[in-house]
Amino acid sequence: VDAAKWKAFIVGDEKSTIFEIEVKLFIEAVFMKYKYDFRQYSLASVKRRLSNALITHNVKTISALQERVLHEPEFFTLILQHMTISTTEMFRDPHYFKAFREKVVPYLKSYPSIKIWVAGCSSGEEAYSFAIIFKEEKLLDRVMIYATDINPIILEKAKAGIYRIEDMKKYTLNYQQSGGKASLSDYYDANYGSAAISPSLKSNIVFADHSLATDSVFSEMQFISCRNVLIYFDKKLQNRAINLFHDSLSMKGFLGIGSKESLKFSSMHTAFETWDGPERIYRKLK
Amino acid sequence: MVDLFHPIKAIFIGTSAGGVMALNTLFKMLPAHFKVPIIAVLHLGDNELIPTAFHSPVGVKVIEAEEKETIQSQHIYFAPAGYHLLVENDYSFSLSTEEKVQYARPSLDVSMESLAEVYGKSLLGIVLTGANEDGAFGLLAIKKAGGLTVAQSPDEAEYKTMPMSAIKKADPHHVLHLKEIGELIAKTEGMYE
Repeated sequence: VDAAKWKAFIVGDEKSTIFEIEVKLFIEAVFMKYKYDFRQYSLASVKRRLSNALITHNVKTISALQERVLHEPEFFTLILQHMTISTTEMFRDPHYFKAFREKVVPYLKSYPSIKIWVAGCSSGEEAYSFAIIFKEEKLLDRVMIYATDINPIILEKAKAGIYRIEDMKKYTLNYQQSGGKASLSDYYDANYGSAAISPSLKSNIVFADHSLATDSVFSEMQFISCRNVLIYFDKKLQNRAINLFHDSLSMKGFLGIGSKESLKFSSMHTAFETWDGPERIYRKLK
Repeated sequence: MVDLFHPIKAIFIGTSAGGVMALNTLFKMLPAHFKVPIIAVLHLGDNELIPTAFHSPVGVKVIEAEEKETIQSQHIYFAPAGYHLLVENDYSFSLSTEEKVQYARPSLDVSMESLAEVYGKSLLGIVLTGANEDGAFGLLAIKKAGGLTVAQSPDEAEYKTMPMSAIKKADPHHVLHLKEIGELIAKTEGMYE
């Protein structure tokens, strides 16, 4: 290759700068109009998801997307589905759930009533996984599980608790590896190609709208699980979220985060002790 | 002989089937204390740990990329299994569990697009052996952003699909054998500040 030919190919710089300006303005517009606050999210991932939204909805620029989002609230709901990540599984990372069952549940047993918070619950699979563990440990009647997310559409899906039957194979394997004591099929009804979570698991779960970026504390939780949510936040917002968890936990309460997340950017990291290092479970000191 | 027109500030290497051996061949060719940071994406199973499988050149750390960590000289970073690896404007890593791309997470395309945006012409992008088409789109993104692009010669690659698709889609600046790629990588250090 000669240098001139190479140079002719360079179109990136200018274009990516404009794209970034548009993305920042878009995020600001979304916050002003809808109060969804992505201003402290990691930009690389937001940029990628908005690029996908442009392709899916056949919109040329983020500026054009902004115009539609501001003037068509129902269109914003569609775009919100791109902006939030909904990847989840029942008993995802089985060793985490095993550690919870073996190293946290024994301590929860001493409480007359137990409150746990699944923050960023997406379509609900993790919340139901905890409900199954509590049922097998004969604690479910004493437990209240608060499962929250910012995305109203995904919360509806979580409440319905109806999943693709194809996914149950993976979930069953996860369940077994997590130390499950029965058969996962005991907890759902399979019909018409879908798996519906048993009503008996649902009565102790409350699904609710909550934002770690803008909302405030829950009170006196014994356990908070928030996995693969902090990775999308910048350091400042991570710090806010972990402070929020700290303030929402009861004395000696437990916090579980994602396997690639840490407390190190939080001013609160000294307020926790490591309970299970590899599984990222921490315990509030006081 | 391959010449460099610009200083290279980071090197991306992506590979799938056959990748462990190909990467080790390259890593063994690196000079001691090699300065230019290398970001690697290798398709693996969900819970596999990567860096322990690799030859680590003297004075170069081979580690799994951590979120918010700033890219540093004398490091080889691997995307963790199960996560896409992206880069922010301040040269720090971000992780994401969003849907698979080209049936893969981590995906080459995701990292390459993100790196291309941040590094522009100062990026060297390399696609090696592999049995799927991930990386082809990414190599084109790197080329469009002005970066230098290389695919492993399919006649040498253990699995040809990945370099072949990259060549077809991106028409990279060079199609080279591993030995030549190793020499090119070593050369980038000369212009690295």
